Amino acid sequence: MVSTVTTSLADVASSNAALRAFLHGLPGVDRVGADQRAAMLGTRSIKTTAKAQAIDLAISMVDLTTLEGADTPGKVRAMSTKAMHPGEGAPRVAAVCVYPDLVHVAVETLKGSGVKVASVSTAFPSGRSSLEVKVSDTALAVAAGADEIDMVIDRGAFLSGDYLKVYEEIVAVKAACGDAHLKVILETGELATYDNVRRASWLAMIAGGDFIKTSTGKVQPAATLPVTLIMLEAVRDFRATTGTQIGVKPAGGIRTTKDAIKMLVLVNETVGDDWLSPDWFRLGASTLLNDLLMQRQKLTTGRYAGPDYFTLD
Amino acid sequence: MTRLSVRKTYKLYIGGAFPRSESGRSYVVASSKGEFVANAARASRKDARDAVSAARKAFAGWSGATPYNRGQILYRVAEMLEGRRAQFAEEIGGGKKAAAEQVDAAVDRLVWYAGWSDKIASVHGSANPVAGPYFNLSTPEPSGVVAVVAPSDPFLGLISVIAPVIVTGNTCVVVCSSPMAAITFGEVLATSDLPGGVVNLLTGFQKELVPGLAAHMDVNGLDLTGVDDPELALKAEQDAAENLKRVIRPVAEDWTAEPGLERMTRFLETKTVWHPVGI
Repeated sequence: MVSTVTTSLADVASSNAALRAFLHGLPGVDRVGADQRAAMLGTRSIKTTAKAQAIDLAISMVDLTTLEGADTPGKVRAMSTKAMHPGEGAPRVAAVCVYPDLVHVAVETLKGSGVKVASVSTAFPSGRSSLEVKVSDTALAVAAGADEIDMVIDRGAFLSGDYLKVYEEIVAVKAACGDAHLKVILETGELATYDNVRRASWLAMIAGGDFIKTSTGKVQPAATLPVTLIMLEAVRDFRATTGTQIGVKPAGGIRTTKDAIKMLVLVNETVGDDWLSPDWFRLGASTLLNDLLMQRQKLTTGRYAGPDYFTLD
Repeated sequence: MTRLSVRKTYKLYIGGAFPRSESGRSYVVASSKGEFVANAARASRKDARDAVSAARKAFAGWSGATPYNRGQILYRVAEMLEGRRAQFAEEIGGGKKAAAEQVDAAVDRLVWYAGWSDKIASVHGSANPVAGPYFNLSTPEPSGVVAVVAPSDPFLGLISVIAPVIVTGNTCVVVCSSPMAAITFGEVLATSDLPGGVVNLLTGFQKELVPGLAAHMDVNGLDLTGVDDPELALKAEQDAAENLKRVIRPVAEDWTAEPGLERMTRFLETKTVWHPVGI
């Protein structure tokens, strides 16, 4: 598919028409094929030592997330502490993800630990606000010390075909990010088709996102396997075209160790080893971590643990 | 015209549903004369784990229901069983008259336990005289999830180990050694207002299922009544000590005798409340 794309990607965003022509020129996604391939890869059996490694890798990729209206500084502190020390012998997680006004709490708690602080922004989760507000929302989080910004795209604009607006918003937010990494949330649950997922992925990558992320976690369905597969194919093709590697973050609906391991199999089979690190693949989750820790404990002690033995979050 | 025979698939009963074993395995159930009777699902350790999660999920609702409501539901189970007496008598096998008597006794046993639901607190709890201006009340509370190893025979035994565990508000995972009547009993439970997950029935081999359940940290009680291998029972009891499970040791019981309160009270914990007088 890449041959038609090798013309400079810089030109494609010169006008809405050019952008539209490029995105609609991307090959369509075979829905049945994508579903089948994801389902087939999901049946892989990962056991014993491989499972232990997969669990530790998955823990190190978790973006431990709390995005509730009821979040308090105390909850963010508790979650940040857990992010640094999830359990005996377990690796620390990749990042914690909070709302912009609580970033400073997470930054203070996590200072020097190596755990990154991510913040959602741009009128999360709906993205329904002016560009000005979105940029200052981002600036607020960056000023508070966020290492990573999770922005949402304007799905309304995307679905009505105003791709340039979406593009320009991402560019503007990227500029407001400074040194912080930008993750672009596509909210695939609202994009309706797999073709749109592929287009939105490319749009986000061309506009300068460092990561593409499936969902906010507020809309169902969220991070399904086929959608993640399509986004992984997009980053693979993008690297083949431009040489730039982009990360992927499925988020929302990943609750069990089995779900997480399926994701890792998908990464390994689609884009390979290069992406099997917390720098390039993340799992956005909250309840997943406890299940990973429970499975980890089962492997080390031989006993199934109960939820009573892990912190609530 | 001759009809094709429609045979029943004996599956597991977990969380109110009838899944096959996650492992896809089954085993042959033979009659006492060694003839093929049916294929039953052979539960794996993972099925047992899933059953414990289902039981844990159901616990809050079931233990929070009023004792009166639990009694009504148990009585409803007895009603449903009553309507299927002929089917059970056939599945139990053996002498026709003896099997029918056993089913009748099982129905009566359920009704007996149903009656205890709102009385056990009065009998097993107490108002304690204390040296101070306080009301001091002790009330029994359910322990949580109880793993039960049911006796392989008779059917009355199966009912007599499940009913006392759930009537007080516990939920349970039952390892059944005689699969056919047990799974048909699952159908009775599924149609009698009992919330899914309160009783989970696993068919399979004790040596495969009991160790995992005995070691499971989210199981609060262990009834080893039906374990026939003394070493397995000993090991299970030792594993159960890790998180202080309440245990009933393997015993040969006369199931036709009056049951007494022991099976109910073993899986109860006592909560004592002090309340100042005059406020």
